[in-house]
Amino acid sequence: MPEYTLQIRRYQPESNEGPYWDSFDVELDESLSVLDGILQARDREDGSLSVRCSCRAAICGSCGVKINGSSTLACKTQIGEAHAAANRRNGGGAEQPPRGADEEPPPGSAGHGPNPIVIEPMGNMPVIKDLVTDMESTHWEKIRRVTPWLIPAGDAPEREYIVDPESMVDVTQEIACIQCGACVSSCLSMEVDPGFIGPAALAKAYRFVGDPRDAETEARLYDLAQDPHGIYDCTHCFSCIDACPKGVAPMDQIMRLRRRAADDYGIDDVNNGRRHEHAFTKIIEKKGTLDESLLLQESFAEGIKGKLIPKPAAIKSLIGSVPTAIRGIRTGKMRSLRKLIPGVHEKLPDGAQDEVRQIYEHAEQHSVELNLYIKGEEGDEEAAIEEGLE
Amino acid sequence: MLVIGAGLAGQRAALAAAEEGVSVGIVSKVHPVRSHSNAAQGGINAALNPDDSWESHAFDTVKGSDYLGDQDAIEIMTREAPQEILHLEHLGVPFHRNEEGKLGTRAFGGASAARTYYVADITGQAIMHVLYEQLMKHSAAVSRYEEWFCTALALDDDGECCGVVTRNVSDGSMELFRAKAVILATGGNGQVWQPTTNALICTGDGIAMAYRAGAKLMDMEMIQYHPTTLAKKGFLITEGARGEGAHLLNAQGERFMERYAPNKMELASRDVVSRAEQTEINEGRGFPDGTVALDITVVPKKRVHEALREIVLVGRDFAGVDITSEPIHIKPGNHYTMGGVKTDVEGRTTIPGLYAAGEVACVSVHGGNRLGANSLLDTLIFGRRSGEDAAARAKRMELGRASQAVLDDEEAKIAAILSREKGSGRRVSEVKRELGETMDRYVAVFRDEEGIRTALETVRRLQEEAENVYVDDHGSVFNQDVLGAIELGYMVDNAEATCVAALERKESRGAQYRTDFPERNDDEWLKHIDLSRNGGGPEVSYSEVTMTQWEPQERTY
Repeated sequence: MPEYTLQIRRYQPESNEGPYWDSFDVELDESLSVLDGILQARDREDGSLSVRCSCRAAICGSCGVKINGSSTLACKTQIGEAHAAANRRNGGGAEQPPRGADEEPPPGSAGHGPNPIVIEPMGNMPVIKDLVTDMESTHWEKIRRVTPWLIPAGDAPEREYIVDPESMVDVTQEIACIQCGACVSSCLSMEVDPGFIGPAALAKAYRFVGDPRDAETEARLYDLAQDPHGIYDCTHCFSCIDACPKGVAPMDQIMRLRRRAADDYGIDDVNNGRRHEHAFTKIIEKKGTLDESLLLQESFAEGIKGKLIPKPAAIKSLIGSVPTAIRGIRTGKMRSLRKLIPGVHEKLPDGAQDEVRQIYEHAEQHSVELNLYIKGEEGDEEAAIEEGLE
Repeated sequence: MLVIGAGLAGQRAALAAAEEGVSVGIVSKVHPVRSHSNAAQGGINAALNPDDSWESHAFDTVKGSDYLGDQDAIEIMTREAPQEILHLEHLGVPFHRNEEGKLGTRAFGGASAARTYYVADITGQAIMHVLYEQLMKHSAAVSRYEEWFCTALALDDDGECCGVVTRNVSDGSMELFRAKAVILATGGNGQVWQPTTNALICTGDGIAMAYRAGAKLMDMEMIQYHPTTLAKKGFLITEGARGEGAHLLNAQGERFMERYAPNKMELASRDVVSRAEQTEINEGRGFPDGTVALDITVVPKKRVHEALREIVLVGRDFAGVDITSEPIHIKPGNHYTMGGVKTDVEGRTTIPGLYAAGEVACVSVHGGNRLGANSLLDTLIFGRRSGEDAAARAKRMELGRASQAVLDDEEAKIAAILSREKGSGRRVSEVKRELGETMDRYVAVFRDEEGIRTALETVRRLQEEAENVYVDDHGSVFNQDVLGAIELGYMVDNAEATCVAALERKESRGAQYRTDFPERNDDEWLKHIDLSRNGGGPEVSYSEVTMTQWEPQERTY
């Protein structure tokens, strides 16, 4: 039976000591899960090792943790794969301190086997004990923030609501969320803005916005667009999509909330998020790379490119962004002062711009929303699109 | 009033009581959405189509129960089912629709019509999350105690239930919660068996607490083995797979159900299919790993992705099998507790003020064998009815006087566990493993007197050992170790009750198949086995099966 070393980040709140690394050698079939490994360590060696868990089958959402730095469910991660990932992460060789370890790195390889599987509590959440985090303040409070229940119009019909069958399949993708918190743990926006409503709660919000039985669609969208910690606070980094063990793809749901807010209801948010996104898309379509100065102007005063009379809000924002621009020049990201002038930015050379255009055209022709419940499964997008178009 | 457990039965009970205007507390040892109702994949039965009838649903259930189900309760459940489905739909459950946008159904085992309503293969999860949305909505009326563990029921001087002793998992503090009525909705006891489809939290807490407090248990021998579970870890493959048309094959590639249930084939009752599989395996026609195969490749791929996606993931993540392109190896595995705390159709147990609903309870609607997609229905119908009746009681009663002594006792018990030295007894995990393996070996699909006696002897030894297990964690915050020791005590008491009842029933009916008594014997055994705790051990008595309109017939599929 294969042997593995689990490097677990522990915290015993009653010990008056800070967090520390503890290592356990376990022995189990490679097809079993990291959770099975943790439970073996707990059962055989140390019953005080705490982890929430229940179903062992990725349906209850209890065992969200970070494994080798990635947020996921311990029960869904095969221990053999986690070991292979640990090896890849360390370049198959020398041990490195795991990401997120702000104190002592884990002990060296002597006596612990090379490349242990590193297990930590979820991020963006206070730790209660060992792998147990406080989800109430960081997850459930935000779920409650989005008015998480159906608000139908008037009295219920005598029979069922008659709705488009596809719409139920659509919201089933969000109902598939098991509230494990892996997306919250991985969210980069939340690291910067702990007030961000976040991927799980916004996916939950789409579950109602996408539900034709709900009568408050516009009010919900308006609320989420105007909140400075709302839908425009997402930076599009895809971390939550990678982390989600159930294919809910929270970021996709956030983007759908944005599209519904902007296209269906024309909601202009105080964060200027809608115009910013629109300007971004248009500039890339025209130039292939980002003209950051033009982006600022277009975000505030759409369509006045070339005229040097930006709206007052844009001027204010331009001035506000001067320190960022200076940092950009210093670090070499912004290569010349000329670039500070909106519209001076060059197109991509040698026909590359045409390729960018083709990507846009392709996207427009294939505007089918990928929903895992009907269009196929992860990693099979070609087949998924084909099936979807059948 | 208090609800213990926050799966479907508990949440439904709490909401029903809140609608009656009483103040409700719902206490759960895990966060409500972690509850095991999540695992119900396939759907929920109701005769809602105009061309279906509740009588047909009721008859299927009676037949499925091998005539041990109480027909008055079954009538209530099947009559009220359609309204409950519509209620859930109105609350927001995204049930599958047909092309007209109306509720659509799928076929399920043991049913004479396609009457299973579903949300992909996450029906339990979808309903539970929607009910939790409603709990959040009604937070003024329902206080949630999330991650509070119950250790004992409190009775007043008149023997009525008036509260419960709890431990706050997050800080270890103990409290006596007082209430005018207490509803147990703590689920089943699958963890008594290893492997099992059940979650780690399914440790029979409510059954044991009620039994220790003096309530009667019923039909404890009736333990369902589900026909399609993964061999190693017992994970569930939904009956919905067979409902969608998947075949069962032995190692020779033979569709063996032809020989056991020529009409319903793979969709016979679960006890029938599990016995057929176990027979194939025992007689050498299974695979070397003690399994047979479930072939889902006969179901169109698109349909699999739409309706069985969770199973695609389970196959991929836990068995390394792409179910859309190859058969998956399965075998019968522990799945469901048909028996439990004896209740009437309003959820009332034999202790006044104490109710039970869902898998912890035995009304009995499932009798000797539960039909697929009837468990969600059971939790909701009897959860609601318990909530309503308990609310009515709470309105007319004064708060009973619970003695402080029960809290002191429970604190002392926990202190005793914490004070045991390492190595003074066995580890919790060792005792639990021996219990699970013993029960799975002797009190499973096929049973006989010798085996059950062996199991009972072992269980009684383990009961003593469970009293003396030691723990490593001596802290207060999130001490799961000490809770594990308490759960182990619950489990061994559940096991004892099951062994005693299985030994008592000298016939084969439903999930109880005695190789030494292979026939059903209606003359002597068409009755429930009740157990109550008398002094140390369980005392057996009997109660009549309620018959309304269906006389026992030979049961074939």
